[in-house]
Amino acid sequence: MSRLLQRLFGRLPIGWLQLTHNRTRFAAALAGVAFANVLVFVQLGIMNSMGAATLRPYTFFQPDVMISAGDANSLTDGGNVARQWLLQAMADPDVTDGMGLFIANVPWDRGDKDISLTTFGIDPVKPAFLAPEIATDLTLLQVQDAAILDRLARGLGKEEAAAIRPQSPLSFETQGRTVTAYSTFAGGGGFGGDGYMLVSDQTFLSLFPARRSAAPDHILLTLRPGAQPEAVIARLKTLISDPSLRIRTYAQAAEDDLVYQQTRRPTGIIFGFGVLIGVLVGLVIVYQVLSTDVADHLREYATFKAMGYGPRFFLGVVFEEALVLGILGFVPGLIVGTSILLIMGAITTLPLAMTPSMAASVFVGTIVFSALSGAIATRRLAAADPADLF
Amino acid sequence: MDSDAVVDVRGLNHWFGSGDMKKQALFDVNLTLKRGSFTVLMGPSGSGKTTVLTLVGCLRAVQDGSVKLLGQELNGAGEGQLVALRRRLGFIFQAHNLHESLTAAQNVMMGVQVHGGVPDRTVEQAALHALGLVGLADRTSYLPGNLSGGQKQRVAVARALVSSPALVLADEPTAALDKDSAAEVVDLLKRMGQSRGTTTLLVTHDNRILDRADLILTLEDGRIIRVEERN
Ligand SMILES: Nc1ncnc2c1ncn2[C@@H]1O[C@H](COP(=O)(O)OP(=O)(O)OP(=O)(O)O)[C@@H](O)[C@H]1O
Ligand SMILES: [Mg+2]
Repeated sequence: MSRLLQRLFGRLPIGWLQLTHNRTRFAAALAGVAFANVLVFVQLGIMNSMGAATLRPYTFFQPDVMISAGDANSLTDGGNVARQWLLQAMADPDVTDGMGLFIANVPWDRGDKDISLTTFGIDPVKPAFLAPEIATDLTLLQVQDAAILDRLARGLGKEEAAAIRPQSPLSFETQGRTVTAYSTFAGGGGFGGDGYMLVSDQTFLSLFPARRSAAPDHILLTLRPGAQPEAVIARLKTLISDPSLRIRTYAQAAEDDLVYQQTRRPTGIIFGFGVLIGVLVGLVIVYQVLSTDVADHLREYATFKAMGYGPRFFLGVVFEEALVLGILGFVPGLIVGTSILLIMGAITTLPLAMTPSMAASVFVGTIVFSALSGAIATRRLAAADPADLF
Repeated sequence: MDSDAVVDVRGLNHWFGSGDMKKQALFDVNLTLKRGSFTVLMGPSGSGKTTVLTLVGCLRAVQDGSVKLLGQELNGAGEGQLVALRRRLGFIFQAHNLHESLTAAQNVMMGVQVHGGVPDRTVEQAALHALGLVGLADRTSYLPGNLSGGQKQRVAVARALVSSPALVLADEPTAALDKDSAAEVVDLLKRMGQSRGTTTLLVTHDNRILDRADLILTLEDGRIIRVEERN
């Protein structure tokens, strides 16, 4: 290793030799860097999965424009939208169709535990609003109290979910009624519920008698092919006289939701903060190791200065140490981080995983921050005065 | 003025501290070191011996007077020039100042590598050769922690001499050593100086070293009070 580095640097790898001289300290330093990496990985993993979970339900539908209440920061948040605006919007020549979307959670007593299904009430004769996987089964919902169930719902057995077909439906009690699932789709547990369910708007209203058909949660619109969504939205804003409503492209709504979850919701902020803490911990650990190391070797450095080594040599040594710590600390950090995410993912059924881009950005971050710590630590080098040696 | 002089010091004054604390450490010091000579600098503690050494060795800025080292004036010289000059010197300190994480050979290699652009093999061979000359051919891969005090000081000598410096500056290199090791190290310095034409300036309290000197300078209270030429 030492020879390889010597070839690489064109000089003795002083930094490497210095770091590895004290094995215990070196191991502790690497463990520290790895720990910081794991911290960042876990927080990032949770943040990413929160993002994925936030965007997941948006993939069930495919409208072009969505009209929501002013306080509807996510699909499930906020007030209702009067259906009269749907009729108004239809007046625009570029709007081809519209649908009210109803959303509420229903509990499902699974015996050992209750799970909660985020239930969407939709118009079963408008497949254009739905993702192809769901659209093909949509006619099944025309039967009262029929449902399409999330086969990835938490607490639902794999075989149990796979057995659900029109010929062998699965019935269960909720909200005082018997709901029968005739088919399934790939939803996935999120942070707001354990899974998803699709029913017709009629079924939805009988499950939730307090809800009114005149007040869906969102209004979804499809546009004529080739229409300019921004232009349509601008026209809709004049057409619809309630200025508190949010009229956005569907993609924009999903994007806004993601940003909201990550920057405005406590959970998002906490995990964002966790990443910051991880970075700071790493920075402090590497700085601490490097500056103690510089302080411990002031005499040697002063000797090298006396021998004629210039500032570039010393910066090189400290950066070499920073890189060694960053690279060698990253490897165990990556291994442990990946394992923890795998285990957490298995337990929570959240889409928690190490992604190559996550690994790459944390690696780059580790190197950058190690070098930064090194740069700060080199300020101590000034204390190495060769005149004090004699 | 002697053109053969490796070091030529004229009217050197030096002060430490500033304001009320300002204290003059050197008064009008003059000295000339001829190429290949072995000079001993003596004097009581606090007389200014180390100060002279650090000024001649480019480790301190010259404040007043002239110090010519290898034909270059140090008074007013820039940091880059000083660093370049230092590479042509060999320093031996009272403590060995070896790097504990580097083997004996690697420590000596640091003395070669400072010149840059030397191939790895050449650097290593030069280091092994120098260690052979100081009688440590069988200790090249030892860490300093596993060497005796005398052996460590011999490694330091090898490090100072490995790139054939024009001038070796040594400050009480034998102070930490027992009698035998001390004699050994001084003989080594003298012998290697002679064979390579190296000039040596050595500070010592050790009288046994005096018979090996060509020139003995005595400092007292910052002034050179005696200049004694031998043989
Ligand atoms: N860095 C410094 N700051 C202030 N005063 C100093 C400094 N270095 C040396 N001095 C003073 O300068 C004078 C000469 O010191 P110097 O170290 O040159 O003496 P020396 O002859 O080497 O002594 P010794 O034999 O004890 O090593 C002393 O009075 C000392 O106190
Ligand atoms: Mg002294």
